[in-house]
Amino acid sequence: MSSQEIAFVIVAVAGTFGAFRVVSARNVVHAALYLVVTLSSVGIVYLLLAAEFVAWVQILIYVGAIVILFLFGLMLAKAPIGREALDNQRRGVAFIVGLAVFGGLFYLLQDAFSWERSDVQLAPGTAASVGTSIFRDFVLPFEAVSFLLLAALIGAIVLSRKDDAP
Amino acid sequence: MIRLPLVLTFAAVLFATGVYGVLARRNAVLVLMSIELMLNAVNINLIAFSQHLQQITGQVFALFVIAVAAAEVGIGLAIVILIYRNRETINVDEVNLLKW
Repeated sequence: MSSQEIAFVIVAVAGTFGAFRVVSARNVVHAALYLVVTLSSVGIVYLLLAAEFVAWVQILIYVGAIVILFLFGLMLAKAPIGREALDNQRRGVAFIVGLAVFGGLFYLLQDAFSWERSDVQLAPGTAASVGTSIFRDFVLPFEAVSFLLLAALIGAIVLSRKDDAP
Repeated sequence: MIRLPLVLTFAAVLFATGVYGVLARRNAVLVLMSIELMLNAVNINLIAFSQHLQQITGQVFALFVIAVAAAEVGIGLAIVILIYRNRETINVDEVNLLKW
């Protein structure tokens, strides 16, 4: 194993632990904080894969914005504590389905991709290269996404305002 | 160089965990968090294949997925707060207005 792979395994173990705690924590705020662990480790995985622009976007948008949004949502709605309040009665079935999904995916990728080391050189995904690709090949989807974000912004404001507002 | 199946295995673990969370949780905010886990697994796959195939397109699509996830969380939490305001609960198995 190369040093990159050792670093990846350490980060992946931390991210997996965080993900397990997100789906098993008995306190919703703790679940949100464990989500920070998982999202940060995913960002570090992007860095290890030399996708630096996406890594910083991941840290900014996910850790900086989306988790804060979750915490605000938990603050405005009641946050009960305890396994019975947070989980439903079908945990066993859900566990089996999750295990089956993982088994199926693992079998598929064992089947499709070899563990042989390939000598592909990692091309850094800098802001320059990503931006060039966006504005050369994906201008229309980019505009569509910006329109979607605007619509979501207005929709969220309209949905969550009080009815007696003018 | 990180071998591709290693990265894909991590993504598969995250995705399966997200599936379990969506099915097992009854608090709507926790269901949204599990959906975020699944979207992150998809993003890891996009980045990994982008580097494996030496094409930047995968990273562009990862950015699009992040943007759509941000929009989804904003709308989702607005709906959750609206449901809480009207029904005093955000348990997804008690909100059965559309069930017949």
